[in-house]
Amino acid sequence: MNFFLTILLLVACLALTWRFLGSYMAAVYEGRVSFLGWLERPTYRLLGVDPQREQSWQRYAGALIVYSGVAILLLYGMFRLQGSLPGNPAHLGAVAPALSWNTAVSFVTNTNWQNYSGESTMSYLSQMGALAVQNFVSASVGIAVAIALVRGLVRRESSTIGNFWVDLVRGIYYVLLPISIVFAVIFVAEGAIQTLAGPVSVHDALNGVHQVIPRGPFASQEVIKQLGTNGGGSYNANGAMPFENPTGLTNFISVFLILTIPISLTYTFGKMVGNVRQGVALLAAMTILFGVWLGVATYAESQGNPAVAAAGVKHQPGGNMEGKESRFGYSQSTLYNIVSTQTSTGSVDSANDSYTPIGGMMLLSGMMLGEVTPGGVGSGLYTILVFAIIAVFLGGLMVGRTPEYLGKKIQSREVKLAALAALVMPITVIVLTAIASALPAGRAGALNAGPHGFTEILYAFTSQGNNNGSAFAGLNGNTAFYNISGAIAMLLGRFAIIVPVLALAGVLAGKQVVAASAGTFRTDTPLFTGLVIGVIIIIGALTFFPAVSLGPIVEQLIHGRFF
Amino acid sequence: MLVHLRRAVVASVIFFVLLGLAYPFLITGIGQAFFSHQASGDLVAAPRGYLGSSLIGQHWNGPRWFQGRPDTDNPSATGSQNYGPKSKLLLDFARAQVRRLEKEGIKPTNELVTGSGSGVDPDISPHSAYVQVAAVAKANHLSVSAVRRLVTSHVVGPYWSFLGSPYVNVLRLNQSLAHLESATKAP
Repeated sequence: MNFFLTILLLVACLALTWRFLGSYMAAVYEGRVSFLGWLERPTYRLLGVDPQREQSWQRYAGALIVYSGVAILLLYGMFRLQGSLPGNPAHLGAVAPALSWNTAVSFVTNTNWQNYSGESTMSYLSQMGALAVQNFVSASVGIAVAIALVRGLVRRESSTIGNFWVDLVRGIYYVLLPISIVFAVIFVAEGAIQTLAGPVSVHDALNGVHQVIPRGPFASQEVIKQLGTNGGGSYNANGAMPFENPTGLTNFISVFLILTIPISLTYTFGKMVGNVRQGVALLAAMTILFGVWLGVATYAESQGNPAVAAAGVKHQPGGNMEGKESRFGYSQSTLYNIVSTQTSTGSVDSANDSYTPIGGMMLLSGMMLGEVTPGGVGSGLYTILVFAIIAVFLGGLMVGRTPEYLGKKIQSREVKLAALAALVMPITVIVLTAIASALPAGRAGALNAGPHGFTEILYAFTSQGNNNGSAFAGLNGNTAFYNISGAIAMLLGRFAIIVPVLALAGVLAGKQVVAASAGTFRTDTPLFTGLVIGVIIIIGALTFFPAVSLGPIVEQLIHGRFF
Repeated sequence: MLVHLRRAVVASVIFFVLLGLAYPFLITGIGQAFFSHQASGDLVAAPRGYLGSSLIGQHWNGPRWFQGRPDTDNPSATGSQNYGPKSKLLLDFARAQVRRLEKEGIKPTNELVTGSGSGVDPDISPHSAYVQVAAVAKANHLSVSAVRRLVTSHVVGPYWSFLGSPYVNVLRLNQSLAHLESATKAP
């Protein structure tokens, strides 16, 4: 009942923001709002950018890549010099080179995979000035790419797709920063920590316990970590840590913040292409898949933990509670983690590694669908548009005419670019998992034995290749092998998809629009939604089913054996 | 290329100042001004210093005190123990908790034999508190009904009666238990 009401409230809140945040974002990226001009104009002046001047897709992509490269170097430098920089009340030393590299790539690619524990590794300056800044920036970059692709679909015979710097700045100033300020205050009021006073020592005379409790300015980071679908926790425990996520309300708000931009962008898309139903067709595909995954995982977790049952606690009315927090319970913990894995967020309020085999499989396979249900901020929309183009192509093959999407002819070049964007992720994940499973350095990382150990490795590369960042955290990723191979997966999963997507945007922008005729395959109908779902499932299921069957499926099917 | 590079560096500086300093300082200012207790870590005051944080679990030795989740309770190394659902490590861990609880005369429940997500879970479910009432009352020479009433008065949530699960904060409960003892023992 509680779970049902939670879902109901979530749907109501998301429906409101879908409509209003969706149309607001369309206005932001079409340049129709300007109330922050006093902040925006000096920014452009300092950057030396003329906001009226647009870029070709090559220049847009070039600016994006150069900026991301500079950000990676800057973060790397800040981590390496951490010991000598200010804002370090706990006197933490420099972060090791391989770990600095992995972490810098991780936060710039919107992945937030973490091979470190925040509370014992990162100074306040590193958390605020490096990690949280990238939480804003990488999210805005993601939205910018999605908007550029939508512009490509809308424009006729145009050689430009927007200005990267303007899209980057407007996304941060008009969307991410205002929402973050409001919700960060709510998080603090609920109990999330926000202080610069350093760690505190406590002594409990009742039980003789001494604790040194690390503290920091983390509520502000928590909110943008969710809103920007980043997911990197200030503490190792991430959203399970009471200082990050203190109450049932903050847990709910976290789920809402993660979903709100990816969901609303389908409205923005519909509005920009002049037919909201186009966005609804994609949203329906996202929602149906998401609902199935949530339902199966919640049911699996309600069944309790097999090892705990074998230890003698047969009756588990609270579901599988290993790795879960008392104040959330199993169902709202499962909601949080399913939302986070299907949005490329990767924050967790409970331990993925301790989910039941089927619950864990839903977390894993939710990412394997390509992070489109609804996916990360921007990345969800541009990836599902890639799938939509493939679906249109398949539809065109079935009826035997040149396919069109939103009046744009989908020809060989577009299909090649879309196929490239769709295949980068599965190839990256499968090849790197195979290498890690074959090498002693890869196998050494797994904590749990048997099929679960393999799942830990598969999960690590699926998560990084999809820029998700959640982990089956028993895997010890802080080794040279995992730091470097993981960074490669994250870079490919981000930029090897963004570049073909921007190319697609450029090519589409240059095309004419063909008028719809009776023979046009309509893309705002339930039939099309079904076709998109089919494409997502076929690409996700066919490529990953063999790997999944070696991990969670085997684990589920073996009865009464512990590893 | 060079113009991209220059802009990238300038943008990094602007965003560092605005998002990396101004934004967290603003939230810290608002938080410390209006919600100083919460923003500083929900610390529970003691006659000298602090007893602890009501959001960070502590280790309690039963049966004199109510026990929380069997976590390491180390706030400098948070996180779950990450045992898989069919792991021998988890089976052994849960078995050890069951044995320990049964020795103290407490019926094992779900939360009392499993590690939490944070490793510092400060709460348990009301059910997990009620199963400890008889043992705690006996060890402290208090009446079972008085201890039961104490637990009932500490049940919190769910938020708006449906967000999250109901829970009992173990530090607050044991703090009240200490008051109850001193009140009963006073002449």
